[in-house]
Amino acid sequence: MSVIVVSDLRKQYDQKVVVDGLSFAVEEGEIFGILGPNGAGKTTTVECIAGLRKPDGGSISVHGLDPQRDAKKLHHILGMQLQQSEMPDKLKVAEALELYASFYENPADWRELMADVGLKDKADSAYNKLSGGQKQRLSIALALVGSPKVAILDELTTGLDPAARRDTWELIEHVRDRGITVLLVTHFMEEAERLCDRLALIDGGKIVALDTPAGLVSQVDTEQKVRFRPASALDDTLLTALPEVSSVERHGQQVVVTGTGNLVHAVTSVLAQHQIVAMDLRAEQASLDDAFIALTGRRFDHSAQ
Amino acid sequence: MRALNRLTAVEFKLFLRDPASYFWTLIFPVALLVIIGSIPSSRKFSPEFGQRGIDYYTPVVLVMSFALLAFYITPGYLVGYREKGILRRLSITPVGPARVLVAQLVVQMTTAIVTTVLVLGGAALLWDVKLPSNVAGFLLAFVLSVATLLAMGLFLAAVLSSTKAATGMANVLFFPLMFFAGLYVPKELMPPVVATIGDFTPVGAATQAFSDAAANGFPSLTSLAVLAAYGVVFGVAAARLFRWE
Repeated sequence: MSVIVVSDLRKQYDQKVVVDGLSFAVEEGEIFGILGPNGAGKTTTVECIAGLRKPDGGSISVHGLDPQRDAKKLHHILGMQLQQSEMPDKLKVAEALELYASFYENPADWRELMADVGLKDKADSAYNKLSGGQKQRLSIALALVGSPKVAILDELTTGLDPAARRDTWELIEHVRDRGITVLLVTHFMEEAERLCDRLALIDGGKIVALDTPAGLVSQVDTEQKVRFRPASALDDTLLTALPEVSSVERHGQQVVVTGTGNLVHAVTSVLAQHQIVAMDLRAEQASLDDAFIALTGRRFDHSAQ
Repeated sequence: MRALNRLTAVEFKLFLRDPASYFWTLIFPVALLVIIGSIPSSRKFSPEFGQRGIDYYTPVVLVMSFALLAFYITPGYLVGYREKGILRRLSITPVGPARVLVAQLVVQMTTAIVTTVLVLGGAALLWDVKLPSNVAGFLLAFVLSVATLLAMGLFLAAVLSSTKAATGMANVLFFPLMFFAGLYVPKELMPPVVATIGDFTPVGAATQAFSDAAANGFPSLTSLAVLAAYGVVFGVAAARLFRWE
């Protein structure tokens, strides 16, 4: 069952069109990713869904509610973690959760939630004494404290170190286990690949592709590369003769074989036949990154933010 | 209601955890009064003031504490909350952001009441400064002064977008305005033109209202009209211009 239905959503600021006719539906209980480069319109889209912004066109329904018309009802069933939203410096973790729990009719048990996000021993810590990861976990807990049916998480791991990022991902997987539908905005490929059941790839305010992470990758027929260092002399023609191989290059001692199909198997079989040991063998397969580049025709901007 | 109570309780806690907030609005006015009262000459009749120095300064200190509250604390908190996205975060909860503003105003009104009790009570106990004889006249001066200054604070919170700008603007307003309240130079010593200008500033009118209430039992019509006019203008402008994000 679709719980969020967005059809032909449009939004512009001044003359600039930010969201240009987006349509998608999110199923109950899934983690739906909205992936795209900075400025693609991701945040604007979810802010329209949460009722924070008024769309210029199109319609949105969240569990049958219109975010503009039924804002009050929507706020009871939708929790959101905003980008760049803080708490007062001197507010303690437990106080923040207790306060936000008091806003809802049927809140979650905030003490349990505090333990779930690993902030139990930080209950009496002031907000400005928390690390980036702890602040992020508090903000996730605050998004969930009203027992929402839908949770929107916007760029939740931006600015976190790799360990904190992995902890946060685990947390989100637990959120899905509670049966909450999650709308996840991200510009991290790895995050999308790990967490999302389905993904909408957005660029320039339009959906470029919508599929499972694996489905998106398979849409792109990219070449694979196999790299290794042969332990004994190797004649390149052994490899170039293979139908899977399109080219063989040498970088010093390293051999780089490019091709398609079951390239790894073909290369390793030939090497085994000739009793050549392949040292430091690495296979590079298409990733979501490659899919993104292929689908949008441009490089994903990792340097930004 | 439960949410508003909880919000107000939290805002009280935050206020009491911020020494800069309660120092300037509670401790400093009382300390200043004690310092003035400790000077022997302030306790003798002064021909310049037409009364004792401590009698003259008690309402001035009171109005100063309200001005500190309204120009620094009100915009400081609200602009800070907007800047940090706290108001925006609240706007996606069922409670909405307006109640945190209400909670803040409750905290600040309470602070104004506590400071007034401490300043007037201290002055009366220590140096026999006459307590207001006409309670209605005094309450009118109090409510109108605090409401008008807080409306100005809300206006500042509405038009300023960063805490840095808020502090800067508070400095620009507070120090010159306190001149007209007679904090640096007694009003009786000001040239008549300057004193008249002072009567038409919000803090000057507030001081006048308290002095009138102390002397005659009731604030003068001019001071009440001036305060009400500022209160309405800034209150309406604040309500129109205030942005939650």
